[in-house]
Amino acid sequence: MDYFLELFLSGLTRGSIYALIALGYTMVYGIIQLINFAHGEIYMIGAFVALVVSGVMTIYGFSGVSILILAALIAIIYSAAYGYTLEKIAYRPLRNAPRLSALISAIGMSLFLQNYVLLAQTADYMPFPELVPEFAFMEPIAHIMGSAELVILITSAVTMIGLTLLIKYTRIGKAMRATQQDMVMARLTGINVDRVISVTFVIGSVLAAIAGVLVGSYIGQINYFIGFMAGVKAFTAAVLGGIGNIPGAALGGLVLGLAEAMAAGYISSAYEDVFAFGVLVLILILRPSGLLGKAVKQKV
Amino acid sequence: MAMLSYLKSSSIAAVWFVFLTFPLMVVKVNTLKNTVEWRWMNMLWVAIGAFILSAVWRWAMQRKARGSGNKEQEVSGVDSKPSLGQRLLEDPKLNRPVLGVVVVLALLMPWISEMYQVTIWVFALIYVVLGLGLNITVGLAGLLDLGYVAFFGVGAYTYAILNTRFGLDFWVCLPIGGLTGALVGVLLGFPILRLRGDYLAIVTLGFGSIAKIVYENWEGVFNGAKGIEKIARPGFFGVEMDISAATTFTYYLMLVIVVFTIFVTNRLKDSRIGRAWMALREDEIACVAMGVDMAKTKLGAYALGAFWAGLVGVIFASQTTYINPASFDFMLSAIVLSMVVLGGMGSIVGVVIAALVLNLLPEYLRAFEDYRMLVFGAVMVLMMLFRPQGLVANVRKTYTHGKVRAEEANG
Amino acid sequence: MAEKARKLLEVTELTMDFGGLRAVDSITLEVCSGEIVALIGPNGAGKTTFFNCVTGIYKPTRGEILVHPPKQKTQKINGFKPNRVTAMGMARTFQNIRLFQNMTVLENVMIGRHCRTTTNIIGAILRGRNTNRQERETIDRSYELLEKVGLVNFADEFAKNLPYGAQRRLEIARAMATDPFLLLLDEPAAGMNPQETKALDELIVRIKDTENISILLIEHDMKLVMNISERIYVMEYGKKIAQGSPQEIRSNPKVIEAYLGEGGDDA
Repeated sequence: MDYFLELFLSGLTRGSIYALIALGYTMVYGIIQLINFAHGEIYMIGAFVALVVSGVMTIYGFSGVSILILAALIAIIYSAAYGYTLEKIAYRPLRNAPRLSALISAIGMSLFLQNYVLLAQTADYMPFPELVPEFAFMEPIAHIMGSAELVILITSAVTMIGLTLLIKYTRIGKAMRATQQDMVMARLTGINVDRVISVTFVIGSVLAAIAGVLVGSYIGQINYFIGFMAGVKAFTAAVLGGIGNIPGAALGGLVLGLAEAMAAGYISSAYEDVFAFGVLVLILILRPSGLLGKAVKQKV
Repeated sequence: MAMLSYLKSSSIAAVWFVFLTFPLMVVKVNTLKNTVEWRWMNMLWVAIGAFILSAVWRWAMQRKARGSGNKEQEVSGVDSKPSLGQRLLEDPKLNRPVLGVVVVLALLMPWISEMYQVTIWVFALIYVVLGLGLNITVGLAGLLDLGYVAFFGVGAYTYAILNTRFGLDFWVCLPIGGLTGALVGVLLGFPILRLRGDYLAIVTLGFGSIAKIVYENWEGVFNGAKGIEKIARPGFFGVEMDISAATTFTYYLMLVIVVFTIFVTNRLKDSRIGRAWMALREDEIACVAMGVDMAKTKLGAYALGAFWAGLVGVIFASQTTYINPASFDFMLSAIVLSMVVLGGMGSIVGVVIAALVLNLLPEYLRAFEDYRMLVFGAVMVLMMLFRPQGLVANVRKTYTHGKVRAEEANG
Repeated sequence: MAEKARKLLEVTELTMDFGGLRAVDSITLEVCSGEIVALIGPNGAGKTTFFNCVTGIYKPTRGEILVHPPKQKTQKINGFKPNRVTAMGMARTFQNIRLFQNMTVLENVMIGRHCRTTTNIIGAILRGRNTNRQERETIDRSYELLEKVGLVNFADEFAKNLPYGAQRRLEIARAMATDPFLLLLDEPAAGMNPQETKALDELIVRIKDTENISILLIEHDMKLVMNISERIYVMEYGKKIAQGSPQEIRSNPKVIEAYLGEGGDDA
């Protein structure tokens, strides 16, 4: 039973991370129908910035929670900046181009960012400091769930609740929903669509950065390539839940995380990644609209 | 003054990019020695680079905005004024001598360079064929296949297994590799017939990645991450060749295959099936409504594209004599895709040129080897922004009507 | 010489539901050989959906679509894929023009010949005598069709560069290339000025008379409809509300009411 609980919580933890990243994919797709291939790289960059900041701070004598907070904050700022720049350079000029062009541009940016970090920071796996302290009260259940997992779960939950509130109750949230439904009408009602799209990218990047900091701290090491796998899995989660659907991305993330953890724990961990890809392929073939999405019939 | 606004925006860009790249380009933490390395020179490079590039960017964007008055620049668009490149292609007075020089150089190459060079060219030609193969699937039929590497791996592993385990000859395995590739192409294409655009891209990406993971983990068949070694080089009527001779032989073989591929692809392009592929790419619903069988046509595109990958997969294995799953990752699919995009979707000459350029430049500019993938990525983005139709734009064929032919025949 | 009019298309109680929405409700309709039949109705009446059911883009929820190809067995075509329907002899044009934009005008028409030719991949590579002959025939036939619709001079032009009215005519030529016995035209006159509409008028009648192709057309331009149709069906909210000759329809109170405020002043 303990083993199951351990797997379950590990699955939830994974799932939360996937959900955080998946939200970025789903929001962008919902608004401009583009798979932001480079989103995984934003996550990776967030982790790297946190690594650098915490590394510098440690060397200059800081310690404790202040590192975590500052590193996370700066990582968030930088990811947001990268997300914003990415949209401005590689996607905005192609807004009216055929979808294929934007997709290829996205792939190109993904390659570019990966290799940029590779060149700037080498291919080595960089050890990531443990930013999250061990809480004493966790000790009794330490064999099932660690402090890091707890922090991840709580942070993810808080973040997603925050996002939901933002989308539902703020002006910018309404503007985002309007633009997603009908971009032309939104523009006609005075919404600055360019700004809304930028904000969407920024929010997605912020979430990815949070995920990056959490994962880096949890796993203990990062390198330039972690964005690719995480990106594909998070995209799987987004599609699983119904691309464009925000609660769907969260749900998809959790389901995928749990399924992966169970499969890895009870079957074999080697084929873990195949599992995720397999789910992706099956969903897209059998039920492309995902768990919570609506099947949209194309008007002929 | 326009110059002033350029200066201003370029300065802002420079500052922004210095800020953006600061933590990664300037700071380098060494956790072993517990030191921080501050690479200020990088900051200077970024600032200068961003300043210049930003000015160029603005100029290019403005030029693009002016040019978009003529509805030409689309992914498969056409140039109304024939450029130098176009004239080079079409005018026999120009293209025959050029072609002649190219042919002579190609044939003489192994005799005037060392084996190392020949090896580079063998791989470059392999990439050319890969590009031409993907050109059928993506360029002609518009099926965005991001898992093309899977077929390449299928061909390579087919030869590796058949050769090391069953002793089958290279020449026997060559067509088998191609056909196996085509078969896998059909098998994988079947479940994705109804997918389009982004979803198709992602699923094929998934296929390619799954293939690699299977190679890595299925020890029994593929020997896992250890790979398969001691694969035989191609033989020439039973004559054993050393590395140098075998490489030269492979080089000439690749030349033949490239010519063959160009020949076949060209014929396919200007045929009933070629037109069906293009119509499918342009508007699938209308295409089907005009009587084209979507399933057969799409599967044909997958199979034909995959065939070439499988074919040169065999050659790849025979050349390196050792293969492992690491060679068959998404990067390769991305590289081949960028060749097709850069060359101009559907254009044979364009893809050949792009493949050669993208593969040979990094080899000959060894200093920039590390930047290869970076450049690929940037090239893909820039091409989509400024020249989506590729190096060689789509020039459609003109046909002569029967009546006109008869008139010409009668003089 | 009197020919007994034989049915070509016989649709019985066709119904199409999209989830909770009933777009087409029990439509019964038929087209006989040598006829021009019109399907009219206010926007959103379900006319294009009806076309889509008949041509295989949707599978109808209920009802029967029977096709009686000349010299062949009668077939029920519910759920047939569109290419199969076209191969049987029913071709269509689209309400929103769906040409192959980056192919030439001639090539667009040549695609129509696809289902009437057989060259496969091997043939394309080897270019035997058969292949070359079929290719020549395809080219020649396509040119002829372009002549018939008056687009011969644009043959090597990209379809996307054509003026709007020419694009609509190209769609018709492309559909004709499939050698249909029945042509389904979805708003062929949409967006055309009066001269273009008159030319289209003559073209459609010419097609019926000289090519022996029957026509079922959806149209909003009442002048065109009244001029060339022999019979008219009227749809509203998915249901058939009237059918008959142009005169009967013109004076039918239900039809007038359906169009009230729609501007049927050209009738």
